[in-house]
Parts: sequence; C-alpha cells; structure tokens
Amino acid sequence: MDELLEIIRKNARTSVEDIAKMIQSTPAEVAARIEDYEKEGTIRGYRALINEDHLPDDHVTAVIEVKVQPEREGGFDRVARRISGFPEVVNMHLMSGKYDLLLFVEGNTLREVASFVSERLATLDGVLSTGTHFMLKTYKQDGVLMDGDKHDDRLQISP
Amino acid sequence: MKGRSRVAAHVQVLPFSGIRKFFDIVASRKDVISLGVGEPDFDTPWTVREAAVWSLERGATHYTSNRGDPGLRKAIARYVARQFGAEYDWDREILVTVGVSEAIDIALRTIVNPGDEVIYHEPCFVSYRPSIILAGGTPVCVETRREDQFRLTRPMLEKAVTKKTRVLMLNFPCNPTGAVLAKSDVEDIADFCIRHDLLLLTDEIYAELTYDSKHVSFVSVPGMKERTIFLHGMSKAWAMTGFRIGYACAPAEISENMMKLHQYAIMSAPTTGQMAAAEALERGDEAVAAMLGEYNRRRNYLIASFADMKVSCHTPAGAFYAFPYIGDLGVSSEDFAMRFLEEQSVAVVPGDAFGKSGAGFLRCAYATSMENIREAMKRMAIFVANIRAER
Repeated sequence: MDELLEIIRKNARTSVEDIAKMIQSTPAEVAARIEDYEKEGTIRGYRALINEDHLPDDHVTAVIEVKVQPEREGGFDRVARRISGFPEVVNMHLMSGKYDLLLFVEGNTLREVASFVSERLATLDGVLSTGTHFMLKTYKQDGVLMDGDKHDDRLQISP
Repeated sequence: MKGRSRVAAHVQVLPFSGIRKFFDIVASRKDVISLGVGEPDFDTPWTVREAAVWSLERGATHYTSNRGDPGLRKAIARYVARQFGAEYDWDREILVTVGVSEAIDIALRTIVNPGDEVIYHEPCFVSYRPSIILAGGTPVCVETRREDQFRLTRPMLEKAVTKKTRVLMLNFPCNPTGAVLAKSDVEDIADFCIRHDLLLLTDEIYAELTYDSKHVSFVSVPGMKERTIFLHGMSKAWAMTGFRIGYACAPAEISENMMKLHQYAIMSAPTTGQMAAAEALERGDEAVAAMLGEYNRRRNYLIASFADMKVSCHTPAGAFYAFPYIGDLGVSSEDFAMRFLEEQSVAVVPGDAFGKSGAGFLRCAYATSMENIREAMKRMAIFVANIRAER
C-alpha cells in the first residue's frame, strides 16, 4: 500500500506537514495526492474510531447471516444493493460458505433490530433465511484493541 | 579487616556507564518524554509472545542443551543463510547466548590473551571498552567522525593497527550514531582484517534496521567467515529485549571454546526466550517489516525537524538513533541534556556517554511513538531558539 495511505489509515488526523516530513515530501504534494485519492474514491471518508462500550446510551449491534436466491442475471448484486441501502446496515459483505451475505446492523434497542430483521429484511424478495447474533462486547476493532489500557513501562533511559 | 577493600582492584577502577548518572536524574522526574530509550517501543509481535506462552503450557521450562535448543539453532542457521548469505553448521558453529551482551563478553574472553590489542570504534555501545579490559585486552579506540557519516575507514584502521593487534570489534549499524557501512567499506575492512591476520568480532544486532540500503554483513564477504565471530540477536528488530536471546556464529574451534565459558557461567539461555526466538525467526518477517516502515517515517521526521531548527545531523541510515550535533550552540552535550530535561521535560542522552568523541552530540532514539517525537521536536525547537537567543 502507498505509504501515504498507510499513515492516514492509522491516523487520519496526521497533518500534511507531518506526513511530508515522514515521507520526505512537501505539504503541497501530500495535500494534492490526498485530494486525488478523494476524487477517485479510494478515500471514501474520515471518521473517529469510537469505543462504543464507553458510551452511556445503550446501543446494539447485530451480526446477521443472510441466505439469498441469486438471480440469473446480476447474481447477488441486485438484492445485495437493496439490502445495503437500509441505513441500519453499517457493514455488509458477500461471503463464501454456508450463507451468502454478512451484515452488521445497528439499532438503539434489541427490539428495533429484531423488527428490522423480521419486518424489513426477511420479507424481501430473494431472501431465503436469516440468522441473527447480537454482539456483546468489542475487544478489537479495525486493528485497534478496544479492551484495556496500554502504557509504556520501559526504563526511561537505557544504553 | 579495616582498610582492605572487598572489591577487586581491577573492578574498582572500572567506571560506571556514562548513562547511569543521567538515568537516575530522569527517573526522579515525572511526565518526561524520553528519546533516551535504547530499545523498541513496539510490543513483541503477538505470534512470538503466544509461542512463549505455549512453550510454558507444554512444560518447556527446563535447561536446554548448553549451546541452545537444537530447533532454535537450526532456525538461526536458516535465517543467517537467507538473510546474510553465510552457511553455518547449526550444531558446531552456533551458540545461543543471553543477549549479545553475554556473547561480547565470552567472545572477548575466548580470543584475547593478556596484552592483546583490540581495536574498536567510538562513539560506541557502553560495554565495549569495559568488556575488552575485563578480558585482559588493551582497548585501542578509533574515533569515527561526523564528516565520514561516522563510518569506519581503512586509513583510520591502518593508523591504529600494531603487531599486538589481535581483534577488530565492530558495531554497524551503530548505536549511538545510526551509522552504517557501505558494501565497499565492508570489503575494505574485510581486506584489512585478512591483510593483518585479525579476528573480527562484529555485533550486527541492528542488521535488519537499515533504511536507505540493505545491510551488508561481514560474513557475506568471501574469506571472512573463517576469521569472524558474528553476533546477532532478537532484541532490536523483533522487539524482544526482555527475552534476552542473542547468538554467536563462529568457526567451530572458537565456538566450542566460547561454549565452555557459557557453560560454566550461564548453563543455557532462558528456555522460554529460546522458544519465542525460534518462532520470531521462522514467522517474524512481516512484523519486522512493519516496524521498519514505522521507524523510517520517524527517522525522516526527526531529520526534517533538525533541518527546520538548523541543527546539523548526519543522515542516520540504520538502527533507531539520530546523532545531531549541538557543539556549535555553545553548550556541552551534558549541559544541553540537563537543561532540556529541566526546562522542557524531554530526555536525550549526551553523546559523550558513548565515548569522548561523542562530545558535542546527542543521542536521540526514535524508538518512541510519532506523537512523542512530534512533541519532543516542537519543544527542542523552542529550547534551541532560547539557547541561541542567550548567546
């Protein structure tokens, strides 16, 4: 991967000045390259990585396995696009194996997610079956450990 | 017994490491950003730690063979062959030690006769000179210079060699200067060793951590393996300092005799560390590459920051140390480091802790987070401006 992407994927708030120093470039050049990535759609956005378990409001995430009937023309894409349009669906992937689509669905309450599944998802044309699992705790997300604190306990000076 | 010292005279006269005094001062302060740490800030790769835990679970908690676990020695032989291009007999030519520190000690004690001269270069790691003295050798120091990018050159060595010289002791990539040797330097120095029939003791602990070109090991030069003790270990590139695993590759006769010292003093290197090391050598390349990329970005950031504040610094091409020159600011390294700590709460190590010729320099380790480096450089810019304003 381009080193520039590697850096902002780890920390999107790294300034163009700092990135320029890290990769022996200039701030103007870095800014231009980021803009190119944004224009061509390689960079789709920037967001904070939030530990949801720290938030006071209850919030549920469910992982849902969905079997669908592929179509003669278009395969999984048409039904997949329909499902992914729902704002409740935050991540969605086509999978190999016993089911076809894997959805990450968010809602404010268990009931809200359950009714999304039974009323909106399961009733869609082409959806054969669903299996819903509620998420209990997040240990790691996007490569970042969410559980526990990290501190540097090395000697402050060593040879 | 009054008046009679209980400490042997030759140990009494041995100075403490120059780093120790500074360590005590830094340790007494809170919230210090330290660029003084000579070990990786990265966690040991999980696969390596997991292998250590598994070794404990399955009960691998006894001595290994004195030379080290056969599985690990075979892994070392394979690694050295693919990485440095030298074939070693895992059973007769490889010895697993407690870090490279032990390897240096027993190597010198194995090959140095009383009065033999050992050439080494300064600024260098703190244990080199004392280790030569404790082995009964006479240390002969060659000072590397900023204008040579702290490389060691043939003419410097030719000036230092005498009929009594027996060993040349090297550390490239170098702690504290970050210097590396080019392929032509390595060939030149190898030729020097052959011409003067010297043994070469080469500590290549930072071999994986080079940024602008791939490391060239002395053991890759034809005719050198036979006269070389090659030292390496897991501490730096794999972030495994606490596991205490190093190793020495040497001709069988030397290896066998080093083994005697190791056997009587140590028995065998810690077993858990050996198990972890085998995993690291076999499946650690990707983790090393990721850390290398991160070190490189930090290094570039430091160099650019020094340039911004008009502090001169040769381009450190290896290890994880920058060695900027502050001698033109009108303060000594020690005063700079003390005041920088007091006024800005940033710790760097005065260059002369690594030998007299380090005076005027600072060792800034970039084995710390980008956030710390950014903040430390911001404070250094302020501090340097203040010092300039005072003059």
